Amino acid sequence: MNSTTLRLVLFGFAASVGSLLLSACGTDSEGTIQIYTGRHYDLEAAFEAFESEFGIDIEFLEGSDAELRERLQAEGDDSSADIYMTVDAGNLATAAEQGLFASLDSPVLDAAIPAELRDPGGSWYALSARVRTIVYSTERLAPDDIPTTYEELAEPQWKDRVCLRTSSNTYTQSLVASLIANLGYDATLEVANGWADNAHIMAKDGILLDSIRDGRCDVGIANHYYLARKLAEDPDYPVGLVWANQNDRGVHVNLSGAGVLANADDPELAQQLLEWLATDGQNLFVDGNNEYPVNPDVAPETLIATEFGVTFEGDRTNASEWGLLNAEAVRLLDEAGYE
Amino acid sequence: MTASAPVTETGSDRVETTAADRASRRGWPGGALVLAALVVVPIGFLAIGILDPETEVWRQQWDTRLPGQLVDTAVLLVGVSFGALFLGSSLAWLVSAYRFPGSKAFGWLLVAPLAMPSYVLGFVTMSVFGFTGPVQNQWRDWFGRDTWFPEVESIGGAIVVFTLVLYPYVFLLARAALADQAGSAYNVARSLGAGPLEAARRVVIPMLRPALAAGVAVVMMETITDFATVQYFGVDTVTVGVFRIWRGTFDRDAASEFATLVLVVALMIIGLERIMRGRARFGEAAGAAAGLGPRRLEGGRAWAAFAVCGIVLLLAFLAPTLQLVSWAFQEITGPRGTPNTERFLEFLGNSLQLALLTAVVCVLASIFIANGSRFVSGRTTGLAARLTAVGYAVPGPVVAMGVVLSLVALDDVLEGIGLGLPGTVATGSLVGLVYAYSIRFLAPGLNAIEAGMAQVPEEITASARSLGARPATIVRRIHTPLARTSVATGAVLVAVDALKELPIALLLRPIGFNTLPIWTFNLATESRFEQAALPALAIIVVAMIPVALLSRRLSRGAERA
Amino acid sequence: MTVTPLRLDAVVKTYEDVLAVNGVHLELAPGELLALVGPSGCGKSTLLRSIAGLVAIDTGTIHLAGALVDDGRDHLPPERRAAGLVFQEHALFPHLTVADNIGFGLRDLRTDQRQTRIDELLELVDLAGFGDRFPHELSGGERQRVALARALAPSPALMLFDEPFASLDHNLRIKLRHDVAAALKATGTPAVFVTHDQQEALAIGDRIAVMRNGRIRQLGTPAEVYHQPVDDFVAAFMGTASFLPIANDATTVLGPIDLDGAAPADAVAMVRPDDIVFTASATGEAEIVGAAYHGSGWHLHARVHDGVDVYFTVGHLDAPAVGDRGTLALTPGHCQVVVPRR
Repeated sequence: MNSTTLRLVLFGFAASVGSLLLSACGTDSEGTIQIYTGRHYDLEAAFEAFESEFGIDIEFLEGSDAELRERLQAEGDDSSADIYMTVDAGNLATAAEQGLFASLDSPVLDAAIPAELRDPGGSWYALSARVRTIVYSTERLAPDDIPTTYEELAEPQWKDRVCLRTSSNTYTQSLVASLIANLGYDATLEVANGWADNAHIMAKDGILLDSIRDGRCDVGIANHYYLARKLAEDPDYPVGLVWANQNDRGVHVNLSGAGVLANADDPELAQQLLEWLATDGQNLFVDGNNEYPVNPDVAPETLIATEFGVTFEGDRTNASEWGLLNAEAVRLLDEAGYE
Repeated sequence: MTASAPVTETGSDRVETTAADRASRRGWPGGALVLAALVVVPIGFLAIGILDPETEVWRQQWDTRLPGQLVDTAVLLVGVSFGALFLGSSLAWLVSAYRFPGSKAFGWLLVAPLAMPSYVLGFVTMSVFGFTGPVQNQWRDWFGRDTWFPEVESIGGAIVVFTLVLYPYVFLLARAALADQAGSAYNVARSLGAGPLEAARRVVIPMLRPALAAGVAVVMMETITDFATVQYFGVDTVTVGVFRIWRGTFDRDAASEFATLVLVVALMIIGLERIMRGRARFGEAAGAAAGLGPRRLEGGRAWAAFAVCGIVLLLAFLAPTLQLVSWAFQEITGPRGTPNTERFLEFLGNSLQLALLTAVVCVLASIFIANGSRFVSGRTTGLAARLTAVGYAVPGPVVAMGVVLSLVALDDVLEGIGLGLPGTVATGSLVGLVYAYSIRFLAPGLNAIEAGMAQVPEEITASARSLGARPATIVRRIHTPLARTSVATGAVLVAVDALKELPIALLLRPIGFNTLPIWTFNLATESRFEQAALPALAIIVVAMIPVALLSRRLSRGAERA
Repeated sequence: MTVTPLRLDAVVKTYEDVLAVNGVHLELAPGELLALVGPSGCGKSTLLRSIAGLVAIDTGTIHLAGALVDDGRDHLPPERRAAGLVFQEHALFPHLTVADNIGFGLRDLRTDQRQTRIDELLELVDLAGFGDRFPHELSGGERQRVALARALAPSPALMLFDEPFASLDHNLRIKLRHDVAAALKATGTPAVFVTHDQQEALAIGDRIAVMRNGRIRQLGTPAEVYHQPVDDFVAAFMGTASFLPIANDATTVLGPIDLDGAAPADAVAMVRPDDIVFTASATGEAEIVGAAYHGSGWHLHARVHDGVDVYFTVGHLDAPAVGDRGTLALTPGHCQVVVPRR
């Protein structure tokens, strides 16, 4: 390359090295809440509202639940994070088990969030409900044919007519974990075997829903808010939703939740944020992504309220219980040959 | 008299080597080993678990997933390797040996897919050609609900996508080799009466072997360490299995043990590449030999050649880019409008900064290692060079975790003696990120630069040394200028990989430091493809710049000869 | 004090599992041009590289210009040795001009001094005015001259040539070898000149070393090596030779031979083509079995009745035919040479 380009490159390099060395010396800024979050919904209204109302800055590091937890563990005391927020219960429960969280004593949070959706020891709290339930083709299924339980989808009449999400995905793992918690390993294995026989396995819920629309399958299991998004774009989207297992233990309610980290630089501010998100900020937090609120005093947003309903029977098993069964669930899915 | 003055008339009965001589003798292999250690140690941190294997997990996996994963991985590797090798080398040959409409432009355009991250092509392909996409829906509208259409979410689909994304590695290296050396040998063969195909087969391909071997090795590594794209197609490779175990069972030890399986396969790839490369030593120095004299194609054949190049470019680059442009347009004209320019520029700057730093580090290290074996005989440097390839053979998150753990361990040690690193060097600054990137991407840079160095005749090095030049001088004034095309190639390969990189950045970046791929990923994860389109396009455009610069220089180099 | 430019003592080098150099002793006189010849694989290139420092020897010593440069344990790298190298090809720096190539070893000099020296050398190799050209613009012969000039520029104590003219055509080769020898003599630079071309060795060497299988078989003046070869290998290597069995009465087909104490059964007689006179005769004991025209004459191969092959030359005016018979005699004034039988 000619000498001008070379000089430019060297200048850029020197500048970068300079900033690199400078950044190594900087750390946490006081008065800022730093969140390691598995949520990827870009700029969320709730946090912006909190920032303007209380004048406290919030910084995010987005990633996947598991990797963020690994990073927190590795960083240890040096970590600058105040809050760990996830899109699934499994990693919350594991993080609690690994002692990453501080135990909060918060009457506000205890009152706002039902017992089964928070850690008994006060390590973490659900902030939104993500219901993983049965979806079906409104065009091709008569009302009598709509399945009502997860277990039903394992039965032979649904062969090749079911779309399910891949076993690599945390939502699938959590669902199976909750089944293990309720039914035991062997019974769940039978169900998983049936699913593996019957199902087309999809990489994403969005594709899963479209597959039902396009006729590859008639039923499936998906997170409710994905269907809400489809309906928001196209009110005539030919897929419907039914709450599973309403006549027995209730539908599987996964959650997006958070806890204050034991090494937090600003634990009081962090707790303040969580309390606000669970109460005044609850609507702002859940509505943006069509999630259900966990606070029973808060109403769900209009679309899901009208399309899916305001109430449902949710599985009351404490999330930390099935959260800790994630590893079991993965092994079970391996054994069942579920892709 | 300088230190490099020749030794005469000492009348001594000892060989009068100076400290500088001895330092030089030890410095090259020693330095190479240090670099290799810097690459291997963080990975070793994780892989160390294999010494105390969790046999339970292994048995369970062997009973369930592992055999299928091994088969899937093997099929994918073989399919993609052959595909990329065939496509890359024949296209390189086509644009080098013949003139047809657009042949000059194709010479550098065909490298464009390098700028396309595989996960972008993955989600675009799936969205467009998948069961639920517009193509198949239209197909079913025309031909009925149950008419057959090839299953895109399959290992076949994955092979096609990977081939289209990765063939440029082979293409690029083959083109550079054709420009530099194979040309005159081909002319000689033709003048001796061999037809073009025979000359190609018997003369050019053997001389291209190092370049092809290097290219295929890169292709295989990229394939085996991918875990995002393969999942779009439902392919269950060993790497996917590693992540399922890691994220699903939270058992990092078991996951890293399985990661060593990936490592073993990668080591086999490296070994294979060495064998394929043979003991290539000689080559005519760039500029001394005439490149290929291209033959003009006429009529039908000319247009056939055009069509072939055009179709490949269309499938691998133009069509997906157009789809992204269309989505971006929808997004801009939709309710949300254009995304925040300030954020965009910030992410762009971050990506560029990271790519530049990584490229410089990797090129310097590669030049050092590639030159080492020139000046000091023995196997150490070669061994070190092979070891550094390990970083490329390991999936990004494994490298990232290794870097975090080793830097944290280092920090503990330093604190123990009262020094301590400021903040979190591993994750609080760019140091950990650039380090991890360099580990990860040293290999493609080294491959390219080694291939270029192999073409510098030994006589040149020997002559320069006999004229009193010290190795460092020779590297600076002779070797690097002569290998400048491959140095540029190496820099570009590293920079482009760094620009597209995702998993390491996700894990190691300081809070508030986001790159373009991370932005794209966050949106694509939520299937928000219209929103993801604009940042995805930005990655492609930015990555295209070094790629285009390199390609143009290659074409010009080929023409000058 | 004149320094021995080169001294090798018991040099041994195993290279790629082959004993390439197997105990070589050599000493060069000041200003001497030593031609190192041998068949491929004899070790001459390895020996040259050892002297240059590109390869480290296993045992023995190498003294270059009075300094010990390699003793089997320690090894002085090439950049610290006072030897210049000229290769067969591919050695010029293609990205530098001729002047910059030649000046490469002169980096320690001031610019004006360097320029003067470059001009001197261009003159020496008859390439004045070529300074701004690039190697790829030069012909093969011109490139080799630049290579010579470049190597001579730092006034090395010893020059090393590795078959430098092997890729040039015949006439060019002859001209260049002469020019090189002249340049070396003019500068008084001693040299080791590796070649597989015996003609070349005979033409320019002050002495010739004939190598085989890692050892020097004979070291002597061209006349000695050619006319008094130490064994049949050297004899045959240095030129066409006929080997005649010696009868018990110390005679050969060409006549009596002075055995000088050697037993008839342990020796053969060697003669060169010009030592034989052929007279056509229908009853002669030799029959011509092969004839090759060489412009200035014929090279003939005849077989004597007991199966001995004889090679000789005749002028172009005498046109022999295959099948002709004749008698053989020793050219007046020439001798047969006794050569030990191997």
